[in-house]
Amino acid sequence: MATERFEKKQARWWSSLVWPVSGLALLLLFDLCFTDGFFKLEVRDGHLYGVLIDILNHGSKVMLLALGMTLVIATGGVDLSVGAVMAIAGAVAARLINTTNVSFPVVIGVTLAVAIAAGCWNGLLVGAFRIQPIVATLILMVAGRGVAMLITDGQIITFTEPWLTYIGNGHLLGLPFPVWLSGGMLLITALLTRRTALGLFIESVGDNQTASTYAGVNSSTVKFFVYVFSGFCAGLAGLVAASNIKCADSNHAGLFLELDAILAVVVGGTLLTGGRFYLVGAMVGALFIQTLTTTMYMRNVSADIAPVPKALAILVVCLLQSPKVRTKFSGLLKRRGS
Amino acid sequence: MKFPLASRYLPLLATALVLAGLYVAGCVSFDNFSSLRVAVNLIGDNGFLGIAAIGATFVILSGGIDLSVGAVVAFTSILIASLVEDHSVNPLAAIAAALIVGSLFGAAMGSLIQWFELPPFLVTLAGMFLARGVGFMIHPQSHGIQNDFFLQTVSERLSLPLNNRVSFPFTGTCFVVMFVLATFVAHYTRFGRYIYALGGDEQSARLMGLPVARTKVLIYALSGFCSALAGVVYTFYTQSGDPASCVGLELDAIAAVVIGGTLLSGGVGFLAGTVMGVLILGLIQTLITFKGDLNSWWTRIVAGMLVFLFILLQNVISSASKRLRG
Amino acid sequence: METEPKALLEIRGLVKGFPGVKALQGVDFIVRRSEIHALMGENGAGKSTLIKVLTGVYPRDGGTMRLEGVEINPRSPKMAEALGISTVYQEVNLIPHLSVAENICLGRQPTFFGMIRWREMARRAERALRRVDLKLDVSQSVASCSIAVQQLVAIARALDVSEKLLVLDEPTSSLDEKEVGELFAVLRKLRGQGTGIVIVTHFLDQVYAISDRITVLRDGKLVGEFETARLPRLKLVSHMVGREITQPEGSARGAEAGEADVKAEPLLEIKNFGRAGSVTAMDLSVARGELVGLAGLLGSGRTETARLIFGIDKAQTGEMRVDGRRTSFHSPRQAIRAGFAFTPENRKVEGILPRMSVRENIVLALQARQGLGQMISRKRQLELADEFIRRLGISTPGPEQAVGNLSGGNQQKVLLARWLVTQPRLLILDEPTRGIDVGAKAEIEKTMQELRAQGMAILFISSELEEVVRACERVVVLRDRAKVGELAGDGISEEKIMHMIAEHGHGH
Repeated sequence: MATERFEKKQARWWSSLVWPVSGLALLLLFDLCFTDGFFKLEVRDGHLYGVLIDILNHGSKVMLLALGMTLVIATGGVDLSVGAVMAIAGAVAARLINTTNVSFPVVIGVTLAVAIAAGCWNGLLVGAFRIQPIVATLILMVAGRGVAMLITDGQIITFTEPWLTYIGNGHLLGLPFPVWLSGGMLLITALLTRRTALGLFIESVGDNQTASTYAGVNSSTVKFFVYVFSGFCAGLAGLVAASNIKCADSNHAGLFLELDAILAVVVGGTLLTGGRFYLVGAMVGALFIQTLTTTMYMRNVSADIAPVPKALAILVVCLLQSPKVRTKFSGLLKRRGS
Repeated sequence: MKFPLASRYLPLLATALVLAGLYVAGCVSFDNFSSLRVAVNLIGDNGFLGIAAIGATFVILSGGIDLSVGAVVAFTSILIASLVEDHSVNPLAAIAAALIVGSLFGAAMGSLIQWFELPPFLVTLAGMFLARGVGFMIHPQSHGIQNDFFLQTVSERLSLPLNNRVSFPFTGTCFVVMFVLATFVAHYTRFGRYIYALGGDEQSARLMGLPVARTKVLIYALSGFCSALAGVVYTFYTQSGDPASCVGLELDAIAAVVIGGTLLSGGVGFLAGTVMGVLILGLIQTLITFKGDLNSWWTRIVAGMLVFLFILLQNVISSASKRLRG
Repeated sequence: METEPKALLEIRGLVKGFPGVKALQGVDFIVRRSEIHALMGENGAGKSTLIKVLTGVYPRDGGTMRLEGVEINPRSPKMAEALGISTVYQEVNLIPHLSVAENICLGRQPTFFGMIRWREMARRAERALRRVDLKLDVSQSVASCSIAVQQLVAIARALDVSEKLLVLDEPTSSLDEKEVGELFAVLRKLRGQGTGIVIVTHFLDQVYAISDRITVLRDGKLVGEFETARLPRLKLVSHMVGREITQPEGSARGAEAGEADVKAEPLLEIKNFGRAGSVTAMDLSVARGELVGLAGLLGSGRTETARLIFGIDKAQTGEMRVDGRRTSFHSPRQAIRAGFAFTPENRKVEGILPRMSVRENIVLALQARQGLGQMISRKRQLELADEFIRRLGISTPGPEQAVGNLSGGNQQKVLLARWLVTQPRLLILDEPTRGIDVGAKAEIEKTMQELRAQGMAILFISSELEEVVRACERVVVLRDRAKVGELAGDGISEEKIMHMIAEHGHGH
């Protein structure tokens, strides 16, 4: 019998946002009721200030990382090296600006080129040599910080160059520059994946690699690209991180941020097994994490303890995504439905 | 058709060569390098890393990964320090409690991985966050230990004098004993062989009727135990607990395992290789210390390069043996 | 006459269903002691489900299973082993990096106070290997043994568990003739010792060489149990494919290749095409506007041929010509660029992108061929999707529905649409009608005829002879991974195809 009932919802891109947005809303509601001054905004010297702006500002690093990570995870992979690449990028920029006379655009160009090279390394290992992504990116995760230290000679390099400082601390049209940067990157990434066929190829490789290959998609190249892009995003995030504190600290720059980025992507609704990806969802996920951190900070919870709720959030989200839990859930629903 | 030299021993041989090469290079370059003290310190200073790496070996052999190692070591050290100093718990009881907590923590992660089919890297990543955070909850910063048991019994009475100047530290003894026990478990118990079977081919292991679920949970419990024991040894070694310590230790442990010739996809490897891997990492560190003008970040770079080379070697071997079988 | 040996295994009225599928519907299956019993059937017949219920991988929904007269209810492979049912699965389930001895004894290693006794284990493994007439260094790793030796090691392990009932799922699929002979010698010896053996295989010659009885399943139902010696091959084939032979025909030889009317200037021509473990020496040609069928039983090399042509696997022998020019494909991308298209047999694993929409599934191949930059506009995508939803009658609430939510027939139509938008010159359809309802089948057949009329070359693979006969103007018949003949025009009939399939292999 072919009784095909299709009352199932049609996929709309915003339907995926329901969960992350309601999570964020719940958190904000909590702050509205219990955290004083959370929603206060004020204008000083033409710049907007306030906790919400801080969240956008500080969340921008994870947002940048999450853009690249979303594409990587959509192909069914993962990039563990983004934290180390951030450290390398910060080190390159600080070193160049302090010890050479090259102009600022060249510094940025070289820094991003180094980050892209790091992405190429990962992309080659995964795309061409077919090493599992966790293993392949682990190599750079191990060695990357050492490379960053090598570049900075083991020192923490502080800098005062105004343009480089501007990236992490400047304001543009009233908003902090990192907010514009991550917003702009979101736009670029969205255009890149949705206005070209790239998004379709990435999703098809993640959804079913064999079928995509049989349909003529070059899955190795697609994989190579997403790691390169992830390296580029990590480079930008590294610039912001270094600029924020006006120095390159190879030991701590981007430490554990790969985990935040993965969490943001997963909260955003992209499955770890790959397939459909949600860039806006990942941004909401990044803001969710930053709001959680800021809330705890404002409630005088030590920053060191912040990992605990993050860990619990990862576990809850993953359990909700787990096919096993889902089938049990939908089994329950079906029984009630029919 | 047989491989001339069984291909599973090939990476181990490479590891041994690297180790020997580094040691000889050190002895040729520096006067005191060949002294007994250097060798003893090499083992003693890397005791906690070695024990953590032994735990990581089991997990990787089974085809999994444990990223919580460093955090659990730090958590254990601060737990012991806090119990002994702030709550006046008997040191031995505190150590026992820490070992039990570590094992249970590992078992909990293993259960999530097994029953909900979550990826190991994610679960242990969450475990890493959790252990780190809880460590800071117990005590927010480094906590020195004044208890006699830690100051004297362990560091002085339990070390074995080798000659009138050099004695073998207890941390080293723990490492050696753990290595012997782990080798026994891996080689002479059914559980140990199930670990290899699981990493070799989980589907086959299930069809062969092996207790896959139980083994998997136990492996992560064992890794948790090893991390906790590494934490205990770390506490002996530094005579303090520190929730911020050992960041990235899991990477060193994984690097040691891979450099030791264990296949990262699981199923092939030896604990002896891991021990050599740990010693290689330690030797690089020692060489850098002797050289003086190089900085310690070279350890990480060299470790990363070695990891890459060994992964490459494994790829070459596996594709060669595939071609051999046609 | 001697009394019939008592039943060793007796399965009655076995029922097993999966969501949406009734895999087994009241199947009886009886194995006697000292008997080699072949279990046969085409795809979807229920063979592997039966094996998996028997070995405790799946629980059953109904029916009884008795072993030596005692009701059994295995809930895991381990439990089935303990009862005396040991199994060697198709993809030899051993641990490649462990030694032969360990693989034989894993889970039952001899221990002394919990400590494994390696010497004793080696002795036990050697003993077990002697039973399958194998003598080798048991400390070497299984990965270093040939597939044939691995097969025997797996059997030795199974026998070490129990000698009562041995189940072999496709044991010969990767063995050469000599190795098959050695394996069969071992099986005969075991039969002589009282073991009951169930063997699943697709090779007719082998079934007749080794088995005492044959049980045929089709579409989850029992067709019948037969004594091998009294079951003509033709009859067996007709039981398997579910077509009755209306009147006995003469030899099919008269209708072989010579009769085939090969059109001039074929689009695709392969000669002596082959690959180890895949197909041997395939000759085939397809011209524009021609619909050529590939017929044969499961495992006869149909899909393998398609994979070689489409560049998924690389041919080791022979040559391929497209438009008369010599070509070889290293990847599906190259084949697609040459205007080829392929809908795979295993729709779910190799065909659809389950979580992506009908629209995306349809445009994927065209977009992949056009490359990144030339994005097909959203509007054009929707137009294409709507057009093909209408043209092929895809039953979906809309172009944005995830393909995984559609029925099998509609998934197949989506795959067809994916290739039709690329306007291919050669369309390879591998079992496009399997597992889909009658209406959808008819629509797909209709579409094939339309495409042929428009000048497309089509290679049609199906295990349903009726379809092949109805649709094709030329049929290439395969058996045991080789071409055995070709029929054309009025010479095509189900009987002739079945004769060709059933014919004795050369040299037997």
